[in-house]
Amino acid sequence: MRIVKQEMVDGGSVSSASQRSAMVEIRNLTKRYGGFTAVNGLDLTVPRGTIFGFLGPNGAGKTTTIRMLSGILQPTAGNVVVGGDDMWIVPQIAKRRIGYIPDRPHVYEKLTGMEFLNFVGGLWGVGGEDMEARADRFLQMFELSDWKHELVESYSHGMRQKLLITSAFIHQPELIVVDEPMVGLDPRSARILKDLFRSFADEGGTVFLSSHTLEVVEAVCDEIAIIRSGEIVARGSMAELRQQADAGEAHLEEIFLKVTGGRDVADIVAELVR
Amino acid sequence: MTPSVLHLLGPKFRTRVNRARGDRGRLAKWTILGVVGVAFWLMLFAVIYRMLIHFRGAQGIGDVLAAKLLGLAFLTFFMILLLSNVIASLSTFFLSKDLDLLASAPVDPVRFYGARLGETIVDSSWMVALLSVPILAAYGVMYGGGVAFPVVAVATMLPFLVIPAVVGTLSTLVLVNVFPARRTRDLLALIGLFSAAGVVVLLRVLRPERLMRPDEFRSLVDFVAVLRTPTSAWLPNEWVADSLMGYLGGRFDFLPLLLLWTTAAAFFVFGAWLHQGYYATGFTRAQEGAELRAGRIRSSRLDRLLGRASPRSRALLGKEVRVFFRDATQWSQLILLGVLVAVYVYNIRVLPLHTGEEVSFLLQNAVSFLNLGLAGFVVAAIAARFVFPAISVEGRMLWLLRSSPSSVKSLFWAKYWVGVVPLLAVALPLTVGTNAILKASPFLMVLSVVTMIGITFGLASLALGFGAFFPNFETENAAEIPTSYGGLLFMMAAVVYLGLVVSLEGWPVYLYLSRGLEGAARAPVWPLVLGLSGAAALTMVAIVAPLRLGVRRVEALSHD
Repeated sequence: MRIVKQEMVDGGSVSSASQRSAMVEIRNLTKRYGGFTAVNGLDLTVPRGTIFGFLGPNGAGKTTTIRMLSGILQPTAGNVVVGGDDMWIVPQIAKRRIGYIPDRPHVYEKLTGMEFLNFVGGLWGVGGEDMEARADRFLQMFELSDWKHELVESYSHGMRQKLLITSAFIHQPELIVVDEPMVGLDPRSARILKDLFRSFADEGGTVFLSSHTLEVVEAVCDEIAIIRSGEIVARGSMAELRQQADAGEAHLEEIFLKVTGGRDVADIVAELVR
Repeated sequence: MTPSVLHLLGPKFRTRVNRARGDRGRLAKWTILGVVGVAFWLMLFAVIYRMLIHFRGAQGIGDVLAAKLLGLAFLTFFMILLLSNVIASLSTFFLSKDLDLLASAPVDPVRFYGARLGETIVDSSWMVALLSVPILAAYGVMYGGGVAFPVVAVATMLPFLVIPAVVGTLSTLVLVNVFPARRTRDLLALIGLFSAAGVVVLLRVLRPERLMRPDEFRSLVDFVAVLRTPTSAWLPNEWVADSLMGYLGGRFDFLPLLLLWTTAAAFFVFGAWLHQGYYATGFTRAQEGAELRAGRIRSSRLDRLLGRASPRSRALLGKEVRVFFRDATQWSQLILLGVLVAVYVYNIRVLPLHTGEEVSFLLQNAVSFLNLGLAGFVVAAIAARFVFPAISVEGRMLWLLRSSPSSVKSLFWAKYWVGVVPLLAVALPLTVGTNAILKASPFLMVLSVVTMIGITFGLASLALGFGAFFPNFETENAAEIPTSYGGLLFMMAAVVYLGLVVSLEGWPVYLYLSRGLEGAARAPVWPLVLGLSGAAALTMVAIVAPLRLGVRRVEALSHD
């Protein structure tokens, strides 16, 4: 993806020297809701320049972890360090490095696409012609240029998603935190996004991606962690995961089902249709 | 570079501009709103101006009375502002949908606080600000304030709006931090109780009836002494009154104005400091999921209650009742309505009808009759709160009902009954109770009760119908729906309907009663029959037409 490569050169926000250092360090991260523990003593290190897949069944604690990583939720215990800066000690510096794409996005319905991008740019302290030119390139790539002066309320679900992805890249982040990126995207846009992530990581950026679309995770992620009941149950590259799950040449889906446990899917289906 | 307060307020401002631009029929809308607003302003101006003329007639104490009235008006405003700021800040600081985006951005906490405080002030104070215009204008004109008076008034009002906003947002911050995991339900109930207590305290502190009855004081000296005591020298409303009356009386003193501005500034700094320390924890607590357990016991009791209804009606009615009681933003308003009813009954009680000399039979009955219109207005206000938003709150779930085999009509009926029954439960005791306080004749008591039942059915139908015609599917907060344009139109329609019913019944009843008093052998019955059947026919139209039109409207809605 030429655009991202160009951005990296222009912005210079990711230096090649720091590529091997950790972008995200999560230590003993815990989140309790009353008596319920959503995330339990999570430890994770994500090196720069990787696409990190974060998987788990519904209610496993993925979104809670992601919201703590982006500085939205305060953890009950533990800490999150982004690019060497602690999220709860110097939040403004840590947040500057992140571009966050939420799973249930809120976009101001009565703003136009471009007005929204200008607002988000301003939140991260970027603006002016450079930012607008960058936004234009992204909008063009996602075929949204003709819509940029229309109100967001007239956008389809996929178009909103593309607008949010654009808004996450607009301030040239070092880390993209993304929850369910592919929902609502057409095949072409999904492909563009996969390539975008890949080229972003190749240039030294880091992607922390949570998704249920396992084929996508298998195809793009360098490293994967699987979380269940708030704890990591497996972690590593595809090859390492296969080894850990003792799953031969299996696809991620089989590994996922095996690691996250529960009854055999075939048995459940047989019981349901009986 | 961190985003400025203005940048943070940008989307809200642009949203309003874009919404106004894209609004079809905005000219008609704004014309109606403008005419209603100006008419209301003029009316209020006239009332205050007349009172001031009346006060001026009282030698020696006229100006003190005027100052006292201004102080009391602003004390009421202060209490209203405190309450509405607590409620508004819960939404602007903790529940608003755009907070995730702002929380993930590197925004300076003090600027964020400033922006959200500004938003809270606008959301919660616009009504008080608009209301104070005719009041201050009346004072300005009466005392010849001249062209500089508006400047002094604005300079006084601005800090007066900031102080309760800071106190309100801080109260919310403390409450959200104290309560475990999203207990908004408890929180709102608490706020409701506080407000109820607040209004009762306010009424006790004010005792406005005293001002109107100087004869109850042992001597003129006592009366003047009461007038001269400020409500409290430490309350900002007193500073506002001092500043404005000082200017109008030609002895302007900077101290009250200085007190207002320095207090506002100090409060802002203190608010920002606490916000910096406790907001993140409070926001996290507010995010901590919804309640896990719903009231199971209540559910089974409800099922038994609806046991005889058809499965479809049971489903719809059951859903209506459950959603209502589980949505704190809905049911907590009940407390506020309780206060509204209490204030109404209190006002009827303190009417100087049964004090001193004997009042005429006719006046007593005329007041009971007027009471019908006013009680109807209270019911209309309640219907605007609960019945009017019924279609809007379906919001994006309307697809489910539309795609199910149950008809829009049955949805309407479920909503109608869920609205009518509680309204009757308020309207009937209110009518019987106030008529009993007024010692109305049995004839008027029966007439009032029957009319009130009809009016309640009519108002519920009007509210539901107007709600279907002017739905607001996008709002985050059901409490905002009644203050929309459609809500205003409903209230206007309700007032017209009530006015027509009261006049249709009022004139013949007056004739009937007055002839009866004059000792005429036979009081005229025909006008009475005509008037009552006219009111009954009008009520039938008010019940049937909005329901029919509303059903048709919702059937035609192509909502995604």
